[in-house]
Amino acid sequence: MHELGIVVEVVKQVEELAKHNNVDKVIELTIEVGEVSGVIKEYFEDAFKWFIKKSEYMKECKLVYVPIQGISYCEDCKNTYPTTKYGKECPKCHSPHTYLVSGQEVLIKDIKVQNKEN
Amino acid sequence: MEDIKTIIVNRSAYANNDLEADLLRDYLFDHRTFLINVMSSPGAGKTTTLIKLINALKDTFKIGVMEADIDSDVDAINVAKETGVKSIQLHTSGMCHLDAGMTKTGLDEIGANDLDLVFLENVGNLVCPAEFDTGATMDMVILSIPEGDDKPLKYPLIFQKCDLVLINKIDTKQYFDFDFDKCNEMIHYRNPNATVINISALTGENINLVKDYLVKRIREWR
Repeated sequence: MHELGIVVEVVKQVEELAKHNNVDKVIELTIEVGEVSGVIKEYFEDAFKWFIKKSEYMKECKLVYVPIQGISYCEDCKNTYPTTKYGKECPKCHSPHTYLVSGQEVLIKDIKVQNKEN
Repeated sequence: MEDIKTIIVNRSAYANNDLEADLLRDYLFDHRTFLINVMSSPGAGKTTTLIKLINALKDTFKIGVMEADIDSDVDAINVAKETGVKSIQLHTSGMCHLDAGMTKTGLDEIGANDLDLVFLENVGNLVCPAEFDTGATMDMVILSIPEGDDKPLKYPLIFQKCDLVLINKIDTKQYFDFDFDKCNEMIHYRNPNATVINISALTGENINLVKDYLVKRIREWR
């Protein structure tokens, strides 16, 4: 459900960029989404498809959704491991002193824009 | 002929909101208004807890309440009737959480400049409100006994980012197999700095402990 809130924020930021760069339209948007960010790809894509209809520059924008693996770091044995498989506890030394290094982000990576030639 | 180019952005989707939230915290500090973001699942007892807390605190601080819901204004009417403090309803228009921008609009509407303490009752949900920083000075989560002791495990983010956890409805503990030690352990596993207080908003048990915690915290902050 909160995918919509994130889509609104993403579209707002891209629209501002498009305006600032004086482009005619944005034809592609690449976002990187962490697998422990709480975002569900299908919901995000649906909300995106619906919401860009209301946009000025992104009506025909294609969405490229790149999932990013959740990786945790163990402060005790200095190893990294996949977060979704093992959770908070380090699978090597069983320490709980671990923290997430990637996988929580929702990042606007880049946009492809199009300008009519004058 | 058409000209296509790529613009590298590398910007978090939350960047705008995080910036607005930080600005809001500065604004609140300048006006000495302490804002508490109250989060829980639907039915955990946010409104009842707030009514009890506000009645305990209203002689010490000038208080306001912002009730956020997807629709309806039953909470705002109830709180105003039961406490006599200023209360407004914020509608999120279908959105499952409040962001910093909506919070600022609410603060302007309620006239937060003249208030010492504002409670923001967020939308009942353990997932979405945790993702968006409202700009609040403090985050509080209410978990109730019937929901079960495993919620900190299932919804880690909200327990990870909060300052205070209230375990509510302890008057019903004999009917449920809620394990207090296990729940405490799981909260502190995620968030070693969280304070946990067991309460019953219905009977008023331990509301005084929450009051003392908040008074101390607000005085230190000011």
